[in-house]
Amino acid sequence: MMSGRHHYRITLSGETDREGWRDAARRLLQHGIAPEAVSWLVEGRPDDGELDLSPPASLPTADAPQSLRPVRIAKDLLALINSALLHRNPDRFDLAYRTLWRAQSVPGLHHNPADPDVLKLNGYAKAIRRDIHKMHAFVRFRKIGESGDREQFVAWFEPDHHITAAVAPFFRNRFTGMDWLIVTPGASIAWDGKALAVGPGGRKEDVPQQDVVEAEWRTYYAHIFNPARVNINAMKSEMPMKYWKNLPEAELIPALLEQAGTRVAAMVARPGETLPIHDRPRETVAELPASLDQLYRMLERQPDAPMEKSSPTLVRGAGPDQAELMIIGEQPGDQEDRQSLPFVGPAGQLLDRALAEAGIDRQQTFLTNAVKRFKFSPRGKRRIHETPNAGEIAYYRWWVEQEIRLVNPRLILALGATAARSLTGQPVKIARHRGEILPGPEGRSLLVTVHPSYLLRIPDEQGRQVEYAKFVRDLQLAAANVSQ
Amino acid sequence: MSKLDRSEKLAILADAAKYDASCASSGSVKRNSAKSGGIGSTGGMGICHSYAPDGRCISLLKILMTNYCMFDCLYCINRSSSNVRRAAFTVQEIVDLTLDFYKRNYIEGLFLSSGIIRSPDYTMEQLVEVARRLRVVHRFGGYIHLKTIPEADPDLLKRAGLYADRLSINIELPDDESITRLAPEKDGKLIRKTMDNLGRQVREAKAERKTSRKAPLFAPGGHSTQMIIGADASDDAKILTTSNGLYGSYGLKRIYYSAFSPIPDASSNLPPQAPPLMREHRLYQADWLLRFYGFSVAEIMEGGAAGQLDLTIDPKLAWALQNRARFPVDINRADRESLLRIPGLGGKGVGKILQARRFSGLRLADLERICQSVRKILPFITALDWHPGKQLDSLSLYDRLKPPPEQLSLFPA
Repeated sequence: MMSGRHHYRITLSGETDREGWRDAARRLLQHGIAPEAVSWLVEGRPDDGELDLSPPASLPTADAPQSLRPVRIAKDLLALINSALLHRNPDRFDLAYRTLWRAQSVPGLHHNPADPDVLKLNGYAKAIRRDIHKMHAFVRFRKIGESGDREQFVAWFEPDHHITAAVAPFFRNRFTGMDWLIVTPGASIAWDGKALAVGPGGRKEDVPQQDVVEAEWRTYYAHIFNPARVNINAMKSEMPMKYWKNLPEAELIPALLEQAGTRVAAMVARPGETLPIHDRPRETVAELPASLDQLYRMLERQPDAPMEKSSPTLVRGAGPDQAELMIIGEQPGDQEDRQSLPFVGPAGQLLDRALAEAGIDRQQTFLTNAVKRFKFSPRGKRRIHETPNAGEIAYYRWWVEQEIRLVNPRLILALGATAARSLTGQPVKIARHRGEILPGPEGRSLLVTVHPSYLLRIPDEQGRQVEYAKFVRDLQLAAANVSQ
Repeated sequence: MSKLDRSEKLAILADAAKYDASCASSGSVKRNSAKSGGIGSTGGMGICHSYAPDGRCISLLKILMTNYCMFDCLYCINRSSSNVRRAAFTVQEIVDLTLDFYKRNYIEGLFLSSGIIRSPDYTMEQLVEVARRLRVVHRFGGYIHLKTIPEADPDLLKRAGLYADRLSINIELPDDESITRLAPEKDGKLIRKTMDNLGRQVREAKAERKTSRKAPLFAPGGHSTQMIIGADASDDAKILTTSNGLYGSYGLKRIYYSAFSPIPDASSNLPPQAPPLMREHRLYQADWLLRFYGFSVAEIMEGGAAGQLDLTIDPKLAWALQNRARFPVDINRADRESLLRIPGLGGKGVGKILQARRFSGLRLADLERICQSVRKILPFITALDWHPGKQLDSLSLYDRLKPPPEQLSLFPA
């Protein structure tokens, strides 16, 4: 079969080039080209780890239409794919084509919710629905002026997926009578009463930072809250903390929780009765640190940190305060502990080399560890690394989450099982999950790969090279996801 | 007294409205501004624009027009004998505030209620005027929910329905005797009569729309009510029987259960502590079983004791443990009705099982992929590679299936 010899590389014009994908997919199906023989690229996106350097084959021209295979695509499968293709995971084009290919021989495949490909596709479509729904909900317009009889508004929003253009009609139909512009990192949409326009993305600074009505909105938010029914988990699951930074009302939450206990106590107090003591809600976020420096200083003062067998030195994370990519390792080693800097020992040097090969600038990356102090057992003059246990990982977990909140990365890369466990709260099999976008803390994207020290421990040279190449490929995948 | 500005009034009148449970903005007609050139749209699904730290969705601007009130209902923070700060919005202030919030995408629309001032008719007229100005003067297409006043002229109710998506009348308490005792100016019979009237108009308007697209809309989002839980001695059986009757007789869209919340300056005729919020939660679950799972009140109450639902486990699981002879259910053969009775399996899960088993017989691995939690349903089902064996007969099944104790603290009282 020709698909055995040839490899087809399809380059789409952009992340949302669904028409391009559809045309290519239809032609590939007509020529009977199996999904294994196709790779999907997007213009401007670095090729993520494709090792095949053979020249791409071009599709046979359609000079003999009778030899083309008939293509059957169910309408609802196409609708499902259409939605899933807006997902940010780079494997979506491949997944969609593979499903389409398999559906040719299994009609109705997409109706089987237990099929792994269909399951994944449905998962993507669900993520898109949720992302669109949250954008409908959490965009906040700010008024910038009036032109004639039309008021003008601007908003900044950060969606998780490539949905901006897709939500434009909703906002047009809702806010027909005003001019508006919504800016996101990937694209912007605008309405002037006559036509919708889609433009390039922008920055948060492009959008005005306040609006007079916001004070009243905050007043409303504070007063509609019933302090007798604090339920933080329900709030966070529907309004994840990643959205808070762009919601004017969210800055009130810590103070509202702080006061809830006393307000309830005041309500139930009766003359002549003793005041029932109400504990403060267990999960107050009132004292969340506002900067990394403050965070580390707070951590240094914690009296209950697990210090047995650990160096007293707290090794802080290093990198810019706001970074697109955050890399989290296991714990500081001997060198890191002496210099109070992360990733400066042998494993750190190997990481540097791999980062450079993957095209990642270490200076733009925030590097830190899941456990903040070096745990070791002394042997003579040497200090031998000891793997942190589940309790130690759990202790530092909250602090890692705060680092993530403050650094606000688009993607987190966990190196090794300790970091993966810290970020997911459960044991993760690295071999099974590497290369896959996992849900990290606060709904952020998480990739897992091995720790570079693992590469250093592989005894034979060949094995080391193979594993090193896989490691670099994981880093490239991280880079591709960040630059999306 | 100095004059309050809009923001101070908002603080007082939002405070006064927060004990109302309903914030739904769903279930109305689809509407948008593309043709009218105005502002606002409604889809089938409501949108929650924010969440308060109590975990409740903020979808609507939920305020009182005023919290001055002639009535003295003991469970209500705004009763005439209460010492709360009072304020009153003008009609135009509410209209402006709604539009200002809506244009910034804070809300889906307005949920307006009010204390009774001067007379029920006067109050109702003001409420209707807010809705009229929004719809007619400002071409507002967002959601409007008006809380109607049962004592007002039926004609005003009719006008309210022309502008509002949803109308509601609070039934307040599960039985008339409690209403007389705790809300002396209210009359249970009158409330139900108005509710009946409302239900009839919603139904008639819907029927007319079927014959003519031009027929006027009347509260296309239907009508709902709210019942306060724990302010009187009614047990869960009584509450669910009342609900069942209300759904059946008046075609209500929703009944909201609101656990009586301790209010500032409360009357000493009321319990000083809130009932557990878990009770409210169990009542909502039971309400769902009534409406979507084909359960009767008697069946639901089999799982409880002495007229109260079990607070530890959900009502469906409680029922199943009392009816073990009906299990295990064969996941590959059972009909939809039997599948819906499996604890831990919801409408969506049942739909997926029915779909997936057309392709092949289902094993546990398949269920793991399509169900929320297989662990919960295991004792009650058989699959190709699973039979629960004798565990269904085990006396310790209740203890094994009840949620771990820390889960209860999700609802700190």
